[in-house]
Amino acid sequence: MIPELGLFALILALCLAFVQASIPLVGAWRDDWRWMMLARPAAWGQFMFLVFSFTCLAHAFLTDDFTVAYVAQNSNSMLPWYYKFSAIWGAHEGSMLLWVLILAGWTFAVSLGARQLPETMLARVLSVMGIISTGFLLFLIGTSNPFTRILENIPADGHDLNPLLQDIGLIVHPPMLYMGYVGFSVAFAFAIAALLDGKLDAAWARWSRPWTTVAWSFLGIGIALGSWWAYAELGWGSWWFWDPVENASFMPWLVGAALIHSLAATEKRGVFKSWTVLLAIATFSLSLLGTFLVRSGVLTSVHAFATDPSRGVFVLVFMLTVVGGSLTLFALRATAVKSQASFGIWSRETLLLVNNLLLSVAAAMILLGTLYPLILDALTGAKLSVGPPYFNAMFVPLMALLMAASAVGMLTRWRDTPTRWLGRMLAPVLAVSLLVALTVATQHDRSNWAVAGVCLLATWIMLAGLRDIFDKTRHKGLFKGLPALSRSYWGMHLAHLGFAVCALGAVLTTVGSVEREQRMTPGTSIKLGAYNFAFNGVTQLQGPNYIGDRGSVRVMKDGHEVAMLHPEKRVYPVQQAIMTEAAIQGGFTRDLFVALGEPLADDAWAVRLQIKPFVRLIWLGATMMALGGLLAATDRRYRARKIEPTLNAGIIE
Amino acid sequence: MTLTRKKRMLWILSLLCSASIATAFALAALQENINLFYTPTQIVAGEAPMGTRIRAGGLVEEGSLNRAQDSLEVRFGVTDGARSIIVRYQGILPDLFREGQGIVVLGKLENDGKLYADQVLAKHDENYMPPETLHALKQAKTIRQIPSSKQESTE
Repeated sequence: MIPELGLFALILALCLAFVQASIPLVGAWRDDWRWMMLARPAAWGQFMFLVFSFTCLAHAFLTDDFTVAYVAQNSNSMLPWYYKFSAIWGAHEGSMLLWVLILAGWTFAVSLGARQLPETMLARVLSVMGIISTGFLLFLIGTSNPFTRILENIPADGHDLNPLLQDIGLIVHPPMLYMGYVGFSVAFAFAIAALLDGKLDAAWARWSRPWTTVAWSFLGIGIALGSWWAYAELGWGSWWFWDPVENASFMPWLVGAALIHSLAATEKRGVFKSWTVLLAIATFSLSLLGTFLVRSGVLTSVHAFATDPSRGVFVLVFMLTVVGGSLTLFALRATAVKSQASFGIWSRETLLLVNNLLLSVAAAMILLGTLYPLILDALTGAKLSVGPPYFNAMFVPLMALLMAASAVGMLTRWRDTPTRWLGRMLAPVLAVSLLVALTVATQHDRSNWAVAGVCLLATWIMLAGLRDIFDKTRHKGLFKGLPALSRSYWGMHLAHLGFAVCALGAVLTTVGSVEREQRMTPGTSIKLGAYNFAFNGVTQLQGPNYIGDRGSVRVMKDGHEVAMLHPEKRVYPVQQAIMTEAAIQGGFTRDLFVALGEPLADDAWAVRLQIKPFVRLIWLGATMMALGGLLAATDRRYRARKIEPTLNAGIIE
Repeated sequence: MTLTRKKRMLWILSLLCSASIATAFALAALQENINLFYTPTQIVAGEAPMGTRIRAGGLVEEGSLNRAQDSLEVRFGVTDGARSIIVRYQGILPDLFREGQGIVVLGKLENDGKLYADQVLAKHDENYMPPETLHALKQAKTIRQIPSSKQESTE
């Protein structure tokens, strides 16, 4: 009964989404406030029904209702309850339900949080989000209903959740990723509403800024969690593969970062208006593309699972409609938009332009590398894949340029910056950074130009940030001045610092990692780097829903024990799946990583040993970037305040 | 007016120039870093290049897995049903690697006709067949229809 109610609620939500998509839009066009007023209750109702529907599915999972096909395929009575819950989004149907739920949640938040918006604008924004929601609900109900029952041969127990997904990172990773993906629909809806309105002014940019920044922060956290999961759970000790599905989430993040910066310029100075709108459309389109790539199974990827082609077609058609429609609207309306403001060469506008250029080129290069095999396959039938060297060769220089530019960008002022002043500010920063790089290059034994380069750039960003903070507080004095700085200012610095930390971690770990795969019999030991790994054999292991072997590896350094690591090899009997559970001893300066391969003759095992210096800086940096974004979005000036009288015209209330 | 037009023209031209240069660079880099896919039949027929990194896929031949006694060196056959090739690999095989399983390997073809793999990919999902492996099997006409699969998962 409860699953049927869940489906019923889904259908009601679809009806409400359709109402929300159509009537307020027509109302905004005819200037009929009664029709526009429908947007809000429709959004609230839709959210309520989707929460109810999601709860029904959660109930089916937690009570082991294996008459529901989706539960039977993705859960098992032996599964711990938290994995039963996260199994809701462990496969396609449930993750699409989570997707629409989060979309409805964002819509709900916009309808509550954007009360200072003119009624026409809000009606249009909610309508555009309603259109997206209608599309995805149709997709969900039509092709991937999570509530389908098994009528005959009801299984006694479920097929279990894919063991790879039984990990804390994977409980949180999809919701975070979707918060980001779907959150960009808000920026998109604002852009489309502004286009429909014909008024692309600073107000539009101010409204959409905090939403965009929050969505971007969530996406960043989602990507970082995914990277952590690949590192710890896939058992390979790699943190980034340039895999198509990773790229699919990374591209919206890059373009979203460009959008955040371009929105700043549009809000503050009224420049790059059309470009900003285009970026907002591009960001959401790339989110849709990501969904398509993941859901259609057209790519060979470490993430690829069997998928249904009809679903891919639906998402592709929907994506083309959304992209085509919004670009047509853009072409019709954007010609009327002109920027009046001018700016000098060393202005903040220019540096933001450089930022946008670098980020969008980086995203375009990744897009090219990701889609190239698909396009070539479609055109010539040739099967090929693009290797990581391509992505590294493209991405690394662009990011180096971005790091170099971002330090300058922090110090420059709107309109124009006196060159002499800028030189005076940056010269000591450059001098110290060069000194640090030189020291690193000569001191460290394993260092090379990449390490020296990244140290130079990271110091450059960090010191330029400090320099800017000192400069901003020079009138009041440091202690009085610091609390007066706004949250968005702190957020900006935190995120830039995070960027530097992340880059530092990425380069240091790539250059400095040592790795060995070795056959080890109990009692033998191997020296790797400064560490000595002694293998003490394996013992039997009995988990809640798995059995396996648990190895013991003693790690010694200079005659002292550093860590006792217990990598596991698990067998999940329900799916007959074998899983490698790596043992990691983490630290700020290095991670020790041990994973079991397969058992060999004479009690020997294939063992993978790795030392990964500074690998944690990558996720630390990514977290700092996301927190910086969240901090900036909570700035006081974004909170509800009196509307300027010029914007008030459209409001009836 | 003419000055602004001139300026705009210059802007557009420089933008187009840099865009095409960037694209050219990207395509050149792309050409150097692609790994073409070959089926075992194609490799046996000598269609695959020697010494460059390629991808190959098929099923691991039953009973072909041969492991060295004192190292992680393994040797196994990969077949598309019609022909098979021998793959040599040094290292830990993925968890889902087993005989009869669809896999994709990346490596170089040497003069002895063996493929020296540096990477072996087997998928997370027992029902999942890598599209390329499926392609190889279909080319060799060993399976008439695509096995329908129930299981799938989030990325």
